Amino acid sequence: MDRLLFLLATGIARGAIFALFALALVLIWRAARIVNFSQGAMAVVATYVAFAVTAFTGSYWAGLASALVAGAVLGYVVDRGVMRFAPHDSPLAGVIIAIGVVMVLQSALGIAFGQQYRPMAAPFDQSPILIGGVPVFSPYDVFVLVVAVVVMAALALLFTRTSLGLQLRASAFAPEVSRLLGVRVSRMLTIGWMLAAAVGALAALLLVPTELGLSPHSADMLFVYAFTVAVVGGLDSPVGALVGGLIVGVAISLVTGYLGATVAPIAVLVLLVAVLLVRPGGIFSAREARVA
Amino acid sequence: MTPLLEIDAITAGYGGSPVLHEVGLAIPQGAIVALLGANGAGKTTLLRTISGLVAPASGRVVLDGRDLSSVSVEDRSRSGLAQVPEGRSVVAELTVDENLRLGGLWRFDRRQLTAAVDEIYDLFEPLSRRRAASGHQLSGGERQMLALGRAIIARPRMLLLDEPSLGLAPRVVAQILGVLRRLRDDTGLTVLLAEQNVTSALAIADHGVVLSLGSVVADRPAAELLSDGALRHAYLGF
Repeated sequence: MDRLLFLLATGIARGAIFALFALALVLIWRAARIVNFSQGAMAVVATYVAFAVTAFTGSYWAGLASALVAGAVLGYVVDRGVMRFAPHDSPLAGVIIAIGVVMVLQSALGIAFGQQYRPMAAPFDQSPILIGGVPVFSPYDVFVLVVAVVVMAALALLFTRTSLGLQLRASAFAPEVSRLLGVRVSRMLTIGWMLAAAVGALAALLLVPTELGLSPHSADMLFVYAFTVAVVGGLDSPVGALVGGLIVGVAISLVTGYLGATVAPIAVLVLLVAVLLVRPGGIFSAREARVA
Repeated sequence: MTPLLEIDAITAGYGGSPVLHEVGLAIPQGAIVALLGANGAGKTTLLRTISGLVAPASGRVVLDGRDLSSVSVEDRSRSGLAQVPEGRSVVAELTVDENLRLGGLWRFDRRQLTAAVDEIYDLFEPLSRRRAASGHQLSGGERQMLALGRAIIARPRMLLLDEPSLGLAPRVVAQILGVLRRLRDDTGLTVLLAEQNVTSALAIADHGVVLSLGSVVADRPAAELLSDGALRHAYLGF
């Protein structure tokens, strides 16, 4: 029972990171109808910026802020500098361009920093706290959960309570109609990319201290798991990203704990296939419109 | 009357194939002009060219003396040109209230916008009972009212309407056309109404323009068009 509680707690904390990263994928998908395969590489670039700033200033928090800024700037550059030129009539074009961005970014990071893992310190202790003798969340897990909840609540408020959020949603769902109503859709698309890239950068920054360390490929598995989360939850659904993140996080934790780490990727694949068979659009995919 | 909208020898189409051939029109301030013609005549293409969604190969669109050739779709909207596209294109994922707010975001501050939304609810009373409903939950008539309300909330000077009666019950069509006439009378709104429901359109229009295969074949007062049996039979099918 103790072990189960520990695995559940670990899974929820890890799932929150997956949910954040999946949310970044969902934001881009909703805005541009592109699965952003470069999200992981972009997030790692921002994490390297955080690493450098933390090393220079000695402050984790300065590093965190710089990762958010770097993520947003990179989102702007990738959108305006690359993705904007993808032909709209070819769904594959955006994917291929994104894979090209991954190769460029990872190669550049490899040349600049090398391929070795660089340990990144966490701002809080990662040892589990004992509650009633049962090991549960570590202080860092609590930090991760709080950050995830705050970010998701802030995004929910942005999208549902502000005029910017209304324009972002309208631009994503109906770009042509939005343009006819005076909404600057192109600007909204760029803001969507910047938001998504900043959230993705934050997720990577939260994950790296719990892994081997920082390398150009640190976010590769994060992308795979988060992509699964996004598909399981529904690529159109921010709520799906949240719930899917927790489901996948807990599933990986339980499978790793009881069956071994090598089985975890297979379990995620089985989960993905099962959801796609039962509900191809994802658990929280959008409803159909009334016909008459 | 001075024309509010001038269409000057527009040739436009898709992928290098012209649908419109040197179309010219002048729409006076405060007029309702019915744009008539069979399927494929070019009505939708003309409206999309005016709003900037289709770039013309040649010719120009002039609104209140301003050449719109290099003006974006968004800025045309902000200049007072509103369009309700065919198919009652409400944003299905947004609520009725959000759809209406979206239409007036660029024009009003928060307080003014709330008042403007309430005015639309007064104009289309059925919508006021569906404020929190998503676009995809609405009936066809409610969607058309919402699309029209959203287009006029920012108080445009020129309204382009594409087939607003398509698939709607006659009672709803009458209500929508009645609102158009009221808006013209009360606010001076100018309307270009593309319709296949010729009788209904000409009943409220001051003027009628008939398109056939991308060219203007008649441009006359509505009453004259209705009384010209040969023209009606040749181009309008009745």
